[in-house]
Amino acid sequence: MSQSVVNSEERPSSSPITRGVLQALPVVMGYIPIGFAYGVLAGQAHLSLFSTLLMSFIVYAGSSQLIAAGLFASGQPMLSILFTTFIVNLRHLLMAAAVSPYLSRWPQAKRLLFATELTDETFALHSLQFAERVPGARQVFAVNVTSHLSWVLGSWLGFVANTMLTDVKPFGLDYALPAMFVALLLLQIHHVKAVGVALFSGIVAVVFQLLGFATWSVMLATVLGATLGVVLESWTNKQSG
Amino acid sequence: MDEQTIWLTILGMSLVTVIPRLLPVWLLAGRTLPPLVVTWLRYVPVAVLAAMLAPSLVLQEGHLDFSWSNLYFWVSLPTIAVAWKTRNLFLTVITGMGGIALVRLLLT
Repeated sequence: MSQSVVNSEERPSSSPITRGVLQALPVVMGYIPIGFAYGVLAGQAHLSLFSTLLMSFIVYAGSSQLIAAGLFASGQPMLSILFTTFIVNLRHLLMAAAVSPYLSRWPQAKRLLFATELTDETFALHSLQFAERVPGARQVFAVNVTSHLSWVLGSWLGFVANTMLTDVKPFGLDYALPAMFVALLLLQIHHVKAVGVALFSGIVAVVFQLLGFATWSVMLATVLGATLGVVLESWTNKQSG
Repeated sequence: MDEQTIWLTILGMSLVTVIPRLLPVWLLAGRTLPPLVVTWLRYVPVAVLAAMLAPSLVLQEGHLDFSWSNLYFWVSLPTIAVAWKTRNLFLTVITGMGGIALVRLLLT
């Protein structure tokens, strides 16, 4: 990812929009297969093409869409789907909070428009670049729109293919989401305390699921894990101070 | 679920997704949170990703499973190695999907 940021910066003659589109390419490479997996699952959950693409346009959150396709397929009630989506996507709150200060000079409307298209991957891309320099709004929005459209394109291809594919397993598409989580988790880990929090949260989530509290496992494990992070942090602060 | 209920659900999903994305940008303009809250929030991404990932790797039909038939767990090892070495989202996803596809091809 960092490489493409550098490469696009080395072409000052290209337009901001071209630079943004090029910068988004690593995200596009990830979104096409994962969007495809979502499209296949949505089709197999008997969602219509319109509903499948509507979700990719107005929800635009990979993992929660894959989970929602599964919930639609198993006939879960609306409230359960909404609650799960809310919990799964609540992490964007932190990403938006982290990226917001960089855009303090933008007008509020532009900042809000930017935030509606914030995903795990575009957050990773933008925060990497914003730390060096905040590019013009046109380049930033070109990254977002390119990523968003590639997500919709992947969903559409997957939906079209779902009637031809009776089983996504031979292609490993069912593993796109776990593999993406592996990458995003490891990109978040910069020190040993984070390793401890990750292991702890993972184990807590597994234990809660084994005990039969599947619905609450992610939320409880997250709250306990982040609290452990604060505890570890205050211990190391006391030791160094 | 009929088509209109599905649309309504998707609209609701959009709202509960976009509100957490917008709220900080709306409220945090020029404000600072207590350090304890900032620290807690900083650990949420690691915690939430681990909490979503771990059960999918080690549980099969609600039970702990480290046998060879649990491909999700065993393929996660090279996937984690690639993610750690390359820090690259695309290569990691390809390794995971390719690894699963390859093992399934060899087993059948």
